[in-house]
Amino acid sequence: MFETLTGRLNQVFNGLLRRGKLSAADVDAAMREVRLALLEADVHFSVVKDFVARVRERAIGAEVSKALNPGQQVIKIVHEELIGVLGDPAPLNLSGPKPRVILLVGLQGSGKTTAAGKLARLLRSKGERVLLVAGDPYRPAAVQQLQTLGAQLDVPVVADASLKPPDLTARAYSQAEKGGYTVMIVDTAGRSQLDQELMDELRAITRKVKPVDTLLVVDAMIGQEALRVAEGFRDAVQISGLILSKMDGDARGGAAISIRAVTGVPIKFLGTGEKLDALETYDPSRLASRILGMGDVIGLIEKAEAAFDAQTAQKQTERLLKGEFSLEDWLEQMRQMRKMGPLSQMLEMLPGQFGQAARSADPREMEQNLKRVEAIICSMTLQERRNPDILNASRRRRIARGSGTDVQDVNRLIKQFREAQRLFKTLKKTGGRGLSRLFG
Amino acid sequence: MAEFLNRWRTGLAKTSKAAFGRLADVFGATEITAETWDDLETLLVQADLGVETTTDVIRSLQRLTRSLGLIRTAELRSHLRQELRARLDAPVLPVWDVSPAIILLVGVNGSGKTTTVAKLAHRFRGEGKRVLLGAADTFRAAAVDQLQVWADRLQVPLVAGQQDADPGAVAYNAVQAGLARGVDIVLIDTAGRLHTRYNLMEELKKVYRVVGKALPGAPHAVWLVLDATTGQNALQQARQFKEAVGVTGVILAKLDSSARGGMVFAIQRELGLPILFAGLGEQPEDLAPFDPEAFVDGILADFEA
Ligand SMILES: Nc1nc2c(ncn2[C@@H]2O[C@H](COP(=O)(O)OP(=O)(O)OP(=O)(O)O)[C@@H](O)[C@H]2O)c(=O)[nH]1
Ligand SMILES: Nc1nc2c(ncn2[C@@H]2O[C@H](COP(=O)(O)OP(=O)(O)OP(=O)(O)O)[C@@H](O)[C@H]2O)c(=O)[nH]1
Ligand SMILES: [Mg+2]
Ligand SMILES: [Mg+2]
Repeated sequence: MFETLTGRLNQVFNGLLRRGKLSAADVDAAMREVRLALLEADVHFSVVKDFVARVRERAIGAEVSKALNPGQQVIKIVHEELIGVLGDPAPLNLSGPKPRVILLVGLQGSGKTTAAGKLARLLRSKGERVLLVAGDPYRPAAVQQLQTLGAQLDVPVVADASLKPPDLTARAYSQAEKGGYTVMIVDTAGRSQLDQELMDELRAITRKVKPVDTLLVVDAMIGQEALRVAEGFRDAVQISGLILSKMDGDARGGAAISIRAVTGVPIKFLGTGEKLDALETYDPSRLASRILGMGDVIGLIEKAEAAFDAQTAQKQTERLLKGEFSLEDWLEQMRQMRKMGPLSQMLEMLPGQFGQAARSADPREMEQNLKRVEAIICSMTLQERRNPDILNASRRRRIARGSGTDVQDVNRLIKQFREAQRLFKTLKKTGGRGLSRLFG
Repeated sequence: MAEFLNRWRTGLAKTSKAAFGRLADVFGATEITAETWDDLETLLVQADLGVETTTDVIRSLQRLTRSLGLIRTAELRSHLRQELRARLDAPVLPVWDVSPAIILLVGVNGSGKTTTVAKLAHRFRGEGKRVLLGAADTFRAAAVDQLQVWADRLQVPLVAGQQDADPGAVAYNAVQAGLARGVDIVLIDTAGRLHTRYNLMEELKKVYRVVGKALPGAPHAVWLVLDATTGQNALQQARQFKEAVGVTGVILAKLDSSARGGMVFAIQRELGLPILFAGLGEQPEDLAPFDPEAFVDGILADFEA
């Protein structure tokens, strides 16, 4: 499953030159794949439609960065847009007079009670005085469940099965005021957004205690319904944040996109396990990658982008292809590559045929070679780098000493460099075959 | 049966209130155009059928349209219904000639296992069977209390262990107690676990094996409780649980929600697992044998307006 989008996009763009702008046809082909990836991630159909339209607009005519191939360029745009939709993580709202009320709402079994325990744990560790309120008198042993969590944390739990949840919450509030509690977390029963009676109950609670944060707890595995659920809860109560639970599974979590699209409220936490410490703040970039189903590829693309100075790269590439480049250019190239991280990972990034040729070589050996080459060139004077012809025997000995290598290594490098110069001149015609020799 | 059907339809009535207006027109008296297929795609994807099943259904319908020379969208409707219906088997509810029959309920966190145990107990009791419950979720806070409440309300015996006890041992004891008391059915509730958690899946395998040691041939059924609001991940869940403990059937809980549960098509197709029951509420009586007709009606509910 992983990396299918990258794979598919590379197929779409196979044979396309890496330079120039993305054409409408390229982008449309890519957008079909992006659309599929998002639907497979459970992003709501209508949200996908709008999203793809927006990305398409932005992608057409976009300059393909010199560091990327067109497929990567499209992924990058999609990824950036996704990050935009997902938005920045937000902390709990702990403003206003104490005690501040946090209300947890959501469908049956979404993870509200567990989230109440997790938040209580987190807030207590930050020095808050926390009171839990067991606002689910309906489900069998829902109250005991929260009481058990409270006991584990040593946080008191207010419960009274004879009171309706709004009344219980109001009473707990005055208890919290008197008792000097700074935060009160209210667990509620799971409910469908279509259940008018229970939605009215939530409204009644918010009227009585005015929560500073009303968090919708959503199961990361939820499908297309996420949109209607979010709309329903948004319309009934003022949702102010989202907790995406059960993120420790392998669901892609596209619901986050749908919910953001209809509510605009920030994602505050991810639930990553049953235990009470399994609550994480969220990283938009990582979640976007997960939704696209592509692991670390985005990280690599970003690394490539960050490491690559587009201007220099372009100039170099041009000179490279004309065979005009010097050892200094070569060093610069290698540094760019090394900045991007382990060579083996980086080779994956090379476009099309270049990538294939390079992948067939042993990356570890290449890595060592690169290091050696870098050391040798660094021991040369600027003049030597620009004009390798002046490298006589004594200069070569000096360079070998300076770089901790043998004269043979220096000789080999110069020979390789000459070869590379020739190779690059014909690279356009041969389509990259022989590139691995450059490193060997 | 009629009563179950009725309940099913009231469950669905709630659902159709949330219908998307525009889609009601799809099967009006208009001609089949590219837009018809787009709308159909929208409908099916929104019901969580997934891209693959959706594409498959639409392709077959397009073939039919060509070969039968269909022109009007109204003519499509019955073919669509058939197309969907044909992809679901009517459940054959198992009967056991062994006593006790051991049924293991498994699934991811919060899918509805414990509630389904109560519903099944209620159902089997109604059939005149003697039932015993095993509370093998020794992990989640108050999971045993939850099942104990149901056992008390339904007046069925329950075997439980201490918090954090070995769930295999509890399951073993439940089977033993079932044998000793001569009950007809032992329903074993297990802790929710994500199919990706290696240790927890190993633990479940152990429960499965231990049950087989307590009574050769057991468990006689392993039912996966799926939350109907689940999206594309459902297939993965079903696959992993099937691989780990040989799931024999699926129960689709929370079908009374606004979700359509369309991922069962892929589960049936790819894993050949029958969908046995549908959960239609939070009470013991809110369980009905899975009715493919009513289920497909639910998916098409938006068209009926
Ligand atoms: N793996 C995992 N399980 C979780 C997570 N959050 C909650 N759970 C589990 O999901 C199940 C349901 O969680 P609850 O907290 O009881 O859910 P709820 O929303 O309070 O449920 P109801 O009150 O019945 O509506 C339990 O088994 C929890 O242990 C999570 O982030 N990861
Ligand atoms: N509306 C509706 N709610 C249901 C249905 N089945 C279960 N629920 C609710 O879903 C929530 C979770 O149900 P449980 O039976 O506790 O789920 P579980 O799988 O045992 O959960 P864990 O043991 O925590 O993994 C509870 O609030 C149930 O009342 C159903 O068919 N319809
Ligand atoms: Mg709860
Ligand atoms: Mg349970």
